[in-house]
Amino acid sequence: MPDFGPDLVEVFGPSQADGGPELIQLLTPEGERVHHPEFDLDFSAEQLRGFYRDMVLTRRIDTEATALQRHGELGIWAQLLGQEAAQIGAGRALRTQDYVFPTYREHGVAYCRGVDPLNLLGLFRGVDHGAWDPKDFNFGLYTIVIGAQALHATGYAMGIQRDGAVGTGDTERDAAVIAHFGDGASSQGDVNEAFIFAASYNAPVVFFCQNNQWAISEPIERQTRIPLYQRALGFGFPGVRVDGNDVLATYAVTQAALNRAREGSGPTLVEAYTYRMGAHTTTDDPTRYRLSDDVEHWKLKDPIARLEVYLRRNGLVDDGFIDALKQEADELGHHLREGVKALPDPQPLDMFAHVYAEETEELRVQREGYAAYLETFEGAQR
Amino acid sequence: MSTGTTTQKITLAKGLNMGLRKAMEDDPKVLIMGEDVGKLGGVFRITDGLQKDFGEDRVIDSPLAESGIVGTAVGLALRGYRPVVEIQFDGFVYPAYDQIVCQVAKMHYRSKGRSPMPMVIRIPFGGGIGAVEHHSESPEAQFAHTPGLKVVACSNPIDGYWMIQQAIASDDPVIFLEPKRQYHADKADLDEAETPEPLFTSRVVRRGTDATVLAYGPTVKTAMKAAEAAATEGTSLEVIDLRTLSPLDMGPVFESVRRTGRAIITHEAHVNLGIGSEVTARIQEQCFYSLESPVLRVGGFDTPYPASRIEEDYLPDLDRLLDAVDRSLEF
Repeated sequence: MPDFGPDLVEVFGPSQADGGPELIQLLTPEGERVHHPEFDLDFSAEQLRGFYRDMVLTRRIDTEATALQRHGELGIWAQLLGQEAAQIGAGRALRTQDYVFPTYREHGVAYCRGVDPLNLLGLFRGVDHGAWDPKDFNFGLYTIVIGAQALHATGYAMGIQRDGAVGTGDTERDAAVIAHFGDGASSQGDVNEAFIFAASYNAPVVFFCQNNQWAISEPIERQTRIPLYQRALGFGFPGVRVDGNDVLATYAVTQAALNRAREGSGPTLVEAYTYRMGAHTTTDDPTRYRLSDDVEHWKLKDPIARLEVYLRRNGLVDDGFIDALKQEADELGHHLREGVKALPDPQPLDMFAHVYAEETEELRVQREGYAAYLETFEGAQR
Repeated sequence: MSTGTTTQKITLAKGLNMGLRKAMEDDPKVLIMGEDVGKLGGVFRITDGLQKDFGEDRVIDSPLAESGIVGTAVGLALRGYRPVVEIQFDGFVYPAYDQIVCQVAKMHYRSKGRSPMPMVIRIPFGGGIGAVEHHSESPEAQFAHTPGLKVVACSNPIDGYWMIQQAIASDDPVIFLEPKRQYHADKADLDEAETPEPLFTSRVVRRGTDATVLAYGPTVKTAMKAAEAAATEGTSLEVIDLRTLSPLDMGPVFESVRRTGRAIITHEAHVNLGIGSEVTARIQEQCFYSLESPVLRVGGFDTPYPASRIEEDYLPDLDRLLDAVDRSLEF
């Protein structure tokens, strides 16, 4: 850890590693249901089992994709291990008409929006830059440039305002936007400008920051001297810190923030306090910059384990449910393994497609020239 | 409001203002965003009166953050709007450079055509107004080098009126360059009933036989003056207003150079790797056997834009252009 001097504890508080006293939690790491005066909800057994299933399947997507990268089927994979609750809690709080602007790590949210996880792999395999139609799922394409999408989300939310789809009281119509980003992105100008624009126009957008403590090798202390959620105050809208490993709290807090946005009360910053259990991506080596003790500490807060303890202790799941889910996860794994190998490679001339809505003459000439060149090779394929 | 065949005398600033107004009347999805574009009507008054008539939801005064302006415009475009963004001065576009190059230019490609970016980014460009640093630059090559963007430059009031409407109607993102020192300089007769030429075309603006001078934006006027001066000495210059910088419309250029055998291109931007470099390369590829002399470039020097008291030395002017014409003819 970098040495920021003796006032570190004073600034962050003594329980920084646990998210601080301001952390909103509904399910403790030990699987104990606790209550919060502001953000509490009644969850049905079906809902709880649903969260559990979502998180198990999301983790399977992640572990399967990691394995596929190790087998050479993917060039790279951005792992979400440990962030399942943050993503499922946020993803399940959305309504159909809401719109998501993801980073490149939002596999759990993509799953919630109905995007076939196989489509997520294409980008990491190198067959395309984005395989799904954002309009089909109200889920934007993965954005690689850190934080750029926070502005897109804000602009989209300004569009919702102009369409009169906010604050009407019609739950089928009123919409919100959620902008995903990480603790590293919180340092980007674009994220801070998004905060300013959203505040200035009172845009219906939720800024959902998964603080997973690490921006590749840089710890959160390199990005901020105050808890991230507190930054919102300086921009003029509320910020909350939720236990991002607690799917119930994340769901409750995100839903409240989305409701604020939909009803016309403007933006909210949600800091989902979590931990990147895996590497930044499959090319990263976290042993070079962080202690295994730290990782072991966070293993005790695993988002899936704590919900499973709660479900079992309260008799809400049985072995049959767990076994059936395991089989479903295996089928999902099979789908990804077989599917990824079957993804069609783009053909060389595909690089010329969609540069413009209206192709230019000069690009047409380049394309045709390269096509003619390829034709000169024996057994040429276009 | 003029109708039918009525003509009126307008400046470039007026032409752009009228064109923006027409585009907003024609399509309710057209929005204007930028710094001071509302009540003030922009620092050059190009958006004068538009917020009053179309409201604050459609003519949006933005916080002072260029990346924020372009980035939120991306989101508005994804929602189905057609944002027209004003960058207050050329040298202020760089904070938005990442959004323009990485997002605006690539969204259509990334999405396989599913997410078009029908956005216009208006940039008053060029020097000659005695301004402080960052207010006189010509960044066009940086955008013309970026696939996914289209880049055009208007040079006169009539083009201003038509080209801004055509750029807004384009489903591709257009960097729209306006020669700021021409905003209030000359007037021309606008006939709103006429049919404009397509946006991405260059145009011969003066016929000639001895050499071809290529220009765009502010240097078109310089080139026309040079042609007049040369004519008094018996030299016949053809002048082409390129109008579109990406894509380039080289057809009229090739046709002209094959006739004259000589070409000189002029722009205010730095010569090194400027638009002139690409135009020169294409001329030698396509007109090699027609050339009587090397293609010459007359532009800004490869220095930062200098202090304004010496900007007339930096800017390509009548004399430097005629000097190049002489060198071409004497080669």
